Amino acid sequence: MTFINYASREINCKIVYYGPGLCGKTTNLQYIFDSTAPQSKGKLISLATETDRTLFFDFMPLELGTVRGFKTRFHLYTVPGQVFYDASRKLILKGVDGVVFVADSQEERMDANIESLYNLEENLQAQGYDLTAIPYVLQLNKRDLPNVIPVADLAAELQRKGEPVVEAVASKGVGVFDTLKAVAKQVLTELRKS
Amino acid sequence: MQEQQFRQIESVVAKLRLDAAARVVFLVDKDGQQIAVNGEVGNIDTTSLASLAAGNVAATGGMAELIGEKEFPTLSHEGERESIHICVIGRVLLVVIFDDRSSLGLVKLRVKQVTPELHAIFEEVARTTKEAANDESFFAEITDEDIDSLFN
Repeated sequence: MTFINYASREINCKIVYYGPGLCGKTTNLQYIFDSTAPQSKGKLISLATETDRTLFFDFMPLELGTVRGFKTRFHLYTVPGQVFYDASRKLILKGVDGVVFVADSQEERMDANIESLYNLEENLQAQGYDLTAIPYVLQLNKRDLPNVIPVADLAAELQRKGEPVVEAVASKGVGVFDTLKAVAKQVLTELRKS
Repeated sequence: MQEQQFRQIESVVAKLRLDAAARVVFLVDKDGQQIAVNGEVGNIDTTSLASLAAGNVAATGGMAELIGEKEFPTLSHEGERESIHICVIGRVLLVVIFDDRSSLGLVKLRVKQVTPELHAIFEEVARTTKEAANDESFFAEITDEDIDSLFN
């Protein structure tokens, strides 16, 4: 839920990066963190296991600038991708304003993408949201790997509502800011509509 | 939230910090957004702390549900020097950081005393937010150019 503080003139929005295990959600955040000016960001908090798998969430606050005198701050979260952390994923979706689904483009991860997307729809519903109604972007990650599925086939399988589809190589930063921009724009547009 | 309500909240938080002899008191909503803060913040990254406090409450709330409880309304973490007490008040979390100048008992007592007042203020905030949403034209005036300018 967008938090608007009229006294301090701030708009705070929550964006969640969702997707199967090892699809590159944390890598997206890490790239945004590494390439943002220090004054525009807070710390990147990563609650991870000893083997660097996300255990609860990663979090970073990002300030984009002002709209009509209001500071816009985006709180970026990732969920743990591994199937057995479902309870945590549900919790992180509470109060979400926009979702990025990070799909792994590799052929052998297609089933994991589909399972995670179903899981996203279910968990959004459990929190009272509808995937077809909230700001949403589909990112097709790892486009630089040799065994990737063509974009058209991935989109045909994973696209839900004509949402923006962004090709990415998150480890090199390709498509990372385009994805963020696409979802942030929808969140602010939604604010205008509401 | 309107300016006057914000000032009211700030004054309750400031008074609580003094009464509880706490180091820092802050209010966070359940989604991890910081609402107000008062005290010796120093190097504490309050944005991250707010997000982690909300994550903490969400996680323990999840555990509560699993064992048939609605939620755990208070959480306390005691460290060697610094401690944290979190109290759930409706949609917001009151987070009190204190050291050996205070005690968990005193903090709990003072938090309990301000809870009704904060409850009342946030009910009022919810009511006025609903009213404001009905006749809010400010955000309708945001243009595509305004949004695009953020990303340049």
